[in-house]
Amino acid sequence: MRYLPHTPEDIEAMLETVGVESLDDLFSTVPEACRRRSLMKLPSPLTEWELSAHLSSMAQENAAFPACLSFVGAGSYEHHIPATVEAMLRRSEFYTAYTPYQPEMTQGTLQAIYEYQTLVTRLLGLDVANASLYDGASALAEALLMAIRVTRRPRVAVSRAVHPHHRQVVRTYLAPAGYELVELPFQENGTTDLSSMGSGQDLAAVAVQSPNFFGCIEDLGAVADRVHDCGALLVSSFTEPLAFGLLPSPGSRGADIACGEGQSLGIPQSFGGPLLGVFATRDKYVRSIPGRLVGKTVDAEGRQGFVLTLATREQHIRREKATSNICTNNSLCALAAAVYLASLGGRGIRDLARLNYDKAGYLKSRLSDAGFEMAFDAPTFNEFVVKTPAGFENTHARLADGRIVAGVPLAPWYPELENRYLFCVTETKTRDAMDRLVEEMTS
Amino acid sequence: MKEIHELVLPEDLRYTESHEWVRVDGETARIGISDYAQSQLGDIVFVELPQVGDLFEKGQEFGTVESVKAVAEVYMPVGGEVLAVNEGLADQPEQVNKDPYQVGWMVEIKPKDLSEVDALMGHDAYLDVLKGQE
Amino acid sequence: MSEMQGTTGLVLNEPLLWEKGRKGREGFSLPVRDVDPAPLPEDFVVEGPDLPDLSEVDVVRHYTRLSQWNFGVDTGMYPLGSCTMKYNPKLHEVMAGLAGFAGAHPMLPEPLCQGALELMYELQTALAEITGLDAVTLQPAAGAQGELTGMLLIHAYHESRDSKRTKIIVPDTAHGTNPASAALCGYRPVPVASGEEGVLSAETVDRIMDEETAGIMITNPNTLGLFEENVREIAEAVHAKGGLVYGDGANMNAVMGIVDMGRIGVDVLHLNLHKTFSTPHGGGGPGSGPVCVSRALEPFLPIPRIQKLGDRYGLAEDFPQSVGRLQAFYGNFGVMIKAYAYIRSMGAADLKKASRLAVLNANYIKERLKGVYHLPYDRPCMHECVFTDKHLKASKLTTLDVAKRLMDYGFHPPTIYFPLVVQGALMVEPTETESMDEVDRFIDAMHAIAREAEERPDLLLNAPTHCRLRRLDETTAARRPCLKG
Repeated sequence: MRYLPHTPEDIEAMLETVGVESLDDLFSTVPEACRRRSLMKLPSPLTEWELSAHLSSMAQENAAFPACLSFVGAGSYEHHIPATVEAMLRRSEFYTAYTPYQPEMTQGTLQAIYEYQTLVTRLLGLDVANASLYDGASALAEALLMAIRVTRRPRVAVSRAVHPHHRQVVRTYLAPAGYELVELPFQENGTTDLSSMGSGQDLAAVAVQSPNFFGCIEDLGAVADRVHDCGALLVSSFTEPLAFGLLPSPGSRGADIACGEGQSLGIPQSFGGPLLGVFATRDKYVRSIPGRLVGKTVDAEGRQGFVLTLATREQHIRREKATSNICTNNSLCALAAAVYLASLGGRGIRDLARLNYDKAGYLKSRLSDAGFEMAFDAPTFNEFVVKTPAGFENTHARLADGRIVAGVPLAPWYPELENRYLFCVTETKTRDAMDRLVEEMTS
Repeated sequence: MKEIHELVLPEDLRYTESHEWVRVDGETARIGISDYAQSQLGDIVFVELPQVGDLFEKGQEFGTVESVKAVAEVYMPVGGEVLAVNEGLADQPEQVNKDPYQVGWMVEIKPKDLSEVDALMGHDAYLDVLKGQE
Repeated sequence: MSEMQGTTGLVLNEPLLWEKGRKGREGFSLPVRDVDPAPLPEDFVVEGPDLPDLSEVDVVRHYTRLSQWNFGVDTGMYPLGSCTMKYNPKLHEVMAGLAGFAGAHPMLPEPLCQGALELMYELQTALAEITGLDAVTLQPAAGAQGELTGMLLIHAYHESRDSKRTKIIVPDTAHGTNPASAALCGYRPVPVASGEEGVLSAETVDRIMDEETAGIMITNPNTLGLFEENVREIAEAVHAKGGLVYGDGANMNAVMGIVDMGRIGVDVLHLNLHKTFSTPHGGGGPGSGPVCVSRALEPFLPIPRIQKLGDRYGLAEDFPQSVGRLQAFYGNFGVMIKAYAYIRSMGAADLKKASRLAVLNANYIKERLKGVYHLPYDRPCMHECVFTDKHLKASKLTTLDVAKRLMDYGFHPPTIYFPLVVQGALMVEPTETESMDEVDRFIDAMHAIAREAEERPDLLLNAPTHCRLRRLDETTAARRPCLKG
């Protein structure tokens, strides 16, 4: 086997040095009662060529671009990823390296992540960003736990317009410690309704997502004012960070923590993972941040270099008092995001965000003209909710058979939103494709 | 790390087994960590201190001291109310390394019960403890 | 050794990203604009983020140069204990990049994602078989999240029995994520010390175990590289008082095809695909931390669960006792592809052989280094062995200095200062993908460094000298953090 270099001669020589007769003898400390009674029942091994054929055929059973025309976002976005990103990520010095605990031989990873942290702070308008968390959902959970630590208050409020799966993850994280979670409803125009917040004196944080799950852009400035009046932290989450090429950053509108899903930034959808948990906050909270941090320093000869720092927050030192249990995070995905943002540049991200907005606007207007009403009034970025006629599930299924995915129904998560479908349009959708969708939906 | 014979252990202070020192001055007392503690920790990068007005019992944790790779809790040698904290340590935590007994002090308290100081170790007893740890 | 492996190469300097570029440069091919601009509300008009404008050439040179400052498994041996830095097969990167995998939206209607669901289902089945447990979730994004999942499962199990338990037993050799994950679940970690032989005793555990303790977290083989021989008795002691056994499967690479975790009495076990199952470490992730459980814990597994009905695969959420979701979707599918490919390439016989050879490599290193470095537990080890720096005491050199000097010899250092129960720990895990020659080179380097420690300590103190940078000032980085440019 090409991954097992030992020859029988090697094994014999090594056994002799160790002073045992056979490989079996090496397991003398494993009691019989702990052992397997039979061989593992696994399929016979495949050669490289058989495996390649097998996986290729498995891959072909999934509908993906260009064989499939998907108008779905809902937390996972189809964007063009420049070949540069993949080429850089395929450099095995990056992907076969370990976490940079030995900084002298991992300056590549360290500088790249320092740069990633910097780009994220610029994108989100905040002071400090970490080296990544697993995904937007767990990032939101960590943000709320951080707010609870910082304010020492045991309650958080989360908008119902935050991605349903993210809210589920938050509940999973908060439940065992007994922290209380209240949900804030959304109003008619598709944005969060803060009126039920009350005085909020016992709230550690209020979390809203913008653009939210319905694609609507929240008035973060107004939310921030209200939240800060109660002494709570504003956690502004996102699933589509490309929006900040066009929209004001969460930091500029008063967010104390901005967190979310970074998959749109150069990371393939890959059936939902790996993703990228993006996390940024203000300087004053730096010692409460979960996750790794890369800092700048100098070496023994005064040359600029980078190291993991403020590690005393982390599990390997603080153990049960750590700011999080996270160890391995999503470093390579953060690298992908950095290469992507570096390729886009300030000019590119503005143009690309605008293109997303305009294309979504085009589909919106074509659908409106065809008699489909928009469900919510609030401005949107590249996702929006459409009111569909009764029986649209059949149309949806028919289109799916033809490899067109016409949005995703909201009813499973929002039972009161029957006949509402969430559509997404990114720069990957040509005008023709959108025209075709409208045609199919109206036929 | 210093050898035992290299350590500075002023005779006029009282010490705890967890390596804090106390200097009583009338009705107030200053508290910090010993030369042994700072030497064991290495370069100190951050000191977490309580707020003025906080109340602690003897033996209660009142803060932490961090080096690059370790965190140590610090415990009150005697109970009392915090009158002042050494704000200078926020910018210059290394003062605890350089001068743990003077510039590197941590908190100043009004002891609840001065007799708790008598129960602490003097220089000789503390030195014995350190030798025993070798 | 005639020539040191770690001589310098042509490694260039490279500034920070925003120190390069020029306003107006392009590194991205903007798609054709085939629609008119849509009206934009006024408060949207912003400058946009201050990102540098770089050409594609700028970007490629930047990251190519940065990559040359890195040492990866493809560069050389990476004997990090408990990390299992084995070779990452190149085929797997290609497979994960197949359009049907990389381009699949997680919310595709089920008929349109059968390939992905099938792969996940088969991986689950394989992991259950390999561990000897009954049911699997692939959702946790890494080992630590797997541990949290395990804690949640144990918590849910006790809740379902109206049993209020607030503590969990954690050995003194445990990885820091163990107590951290337990604390996230509201459990207070109760430490238990390993015995003189470096393993836990059932009597000690039995004494600590009570009706308020949810169970025990045990790593087997443990972080001293030793098989916990009393693990079955320990499991019995814990079960006897209603507790559960959590297995930290980080060290699974020592026992594939050899040990049956189910037979041992483990109720829930996490695996690290980025360790045992060859998926790349990525400079800090992404990993994947599937959790395998016994039948009793199956109802509590996270949702959605992947099911097979006839010859169709689907996702199901109707499990009222489930602990909920841990990730936005199903876990790190892109990582799972690679682990699946690995298992399909190796098959049962070669997976077992991999474990046997990993253990052989570690014992070989232990035998050849034990005369030169202090070995606290002179017993058969599993896939890793632990040394201390006691022999260096006279010279005032430490494990850190040995580690830094190893870099000059062209090796990544072993894990240092972990586990905490050993002074100045040096934990060596070669894995099975290092050949005998490579292992011999490593041993020779360690011998040379031990000699240098006596004859030329300055070489260790000043190390590394052959890397891009010398030792970095971590103190200033922590005192005056500069986390962005």
